[in-house]
Amino acid sequence: MSDFATTPLFAMHEAMGAKMVPFAGYSMPVQYPMGVLKEHLHTRTSAGLFDVSHMGQVRLSGPSWEAVALAFEALVPCDVLGLAEGRQRYGFFTNGAGGIEDDLMFARRGDDLFLVVNAARKADDLARMQTALPDEITVTELKDRALIALQGPVAGNVVATLDPRAGQMRFMDVADLDLSGHAVWASRSGYTGEDGFEISVPAEEAEALARRLIGDADVAPIGLGARDSLRLEAGLCLYGHDIDETTSPLAAGLGWAIQKTRRPGGVRAGGFPGAEAVFAEIEQGPERVRVGLQPEERAPMREGVSLFDAEAASAPIGTVTSGGFGPSVQGPISMGYVAAPLAGSGTALWGEVRGKRLAVRVVDLPFVPARFKR
Amino acid sequence: MKFTEEHEWLRVDGDEIVVGITTHAAEQLGDVVFIELPDEGVTVSKDDEVVVIESVKAASDILAPLDGEITEVNTALTDNPAAVNDDPQGEAWFFKMTASDPSQMEDYMDEATYQKFIA
Repeated sequence: MSDFATTPLFAMHEAMGAKMVPFAGYSMPVQYPMGVLKEHLHTRTSAGLFDVSHMGQVRLSGPSWEAVALAFEALVPCDVLGLAEGRQRYGFFTNGAGGIEDDLMFARRGDDLFLVVNAARKADDLARMQTALPDEITVTELKDRALIALQGPVAGNVVATLDPRAGQMRFMDVADLDLSGHAVWASRSGYTGEDGFEISVPAEEAEALARRLIGDADVAPIGLGARDSLRLEAGLCLYGHDIDETTSPLAAGLGWAIQKTRRPGGVRAGGFPGAEAVFAEIEQGPERVRVGLQPEERAPMREGVSLFDAEAASAPIGTVTSGGFGPSVQGPISMGYVAAPLAGSGTALWGEVRGKRLAVRVVDLPFVPARFKR
Repeated sequence: MKFTEEHEWLRVDGDEIVVGITTHAAEQLGDVVFIELPDEGVTVSKDDEVVVIESVKAASDILAPLDGEITEVNTALTDNPAAVNDDPQGEAWFFKMTASDPSQMEDYMDEATYQKFIA
């Protein structure tokens, strides 16, 4: 594993019997002895702790909030300036063709922006920001911080027991908390469809905090395997699979993250890479659309499975981009792109698995209703 | 019992050979969520892909270990794939077959050799 970077929780993962795998250049736990299925269900019924320290944490600072927000708006199609203190939004970097370069969370902390970007994209994201942002904006990768997610219906109680201020936080709030003497930055958000927190903590304190949280009888460590099935059931995109440089926000069903202020007619309309292409798609609608897919039989339809509109059709009308088994759904589930006219819920399609055409139905996302604390 | 490098076990039961995957293989696969078994009565050649097994992680193929005919499949696994994790070398056998050339069995490892193979 020496070719791979490690997170500050590497020793803890090994001590807890995790199976480590390479992921985005890091050695990461794919599962613990509990196993993917039980880890998934534990997160849905209790609380799971995830090491997401491989993700990039970045601070943007400048002469004022307005300067930072407006500079960042040149890279994302989101309303950054309108972000209130202590709030977070989901967004994405776009390219000149209106494709998605990466998706991210951005939060306002005082006059600074705090970003969390994908591990596999962070080098590109940092280069993009350093090149594109004016000199007065300082881009700092916070390499000395770990990131821990605590997710599940019990997560709120676990964190509020350590710091009652956490109980006041709503979905997408960010706040400074004191968790057992550890000064952390927490956001009420996650990647599972459950209530929960993402907690940024100094690297040297990460293991002590993680062990303190896992010490709660309701909390178990959860690996990347369950993280993937949880986010798939929640209908959330995985960069590099469900969205990439060639995917537009509209096709991906992420148009909601482009606020009115940045749309045609908005007070700060456009001004981000690919605005022309994105606006044209807002006008005309995308040619293909991301949908939920429910196989009618038991065979999972995984990434790469071609989709057809008739059992004997020769030309595919779409592709599965994520798929597997949903432990909470207790059956196979997938996401993928289909031609827009076939994206309606209930549309009957066929997926080709090992040379056989199997029935699959377009369904609404998510597969499991979100349980955020609104 | 004999063992293949593909982590299958073979147990002679009268005229038939019972085939499944080893405890080691089941642990490596993780939670099994889907199994597709061959048709009973089908003639197979050694190394034909006869079973598809999908875990939470990935899909894998199980190969026919011998030339012969599939005589019975364990249909209980289709409804309860998780049995493969619970009892891989017992209840969760995949299929029974007859061998057209029983000497092919001799190519496979005994348990002690298999244990060294996976160590």
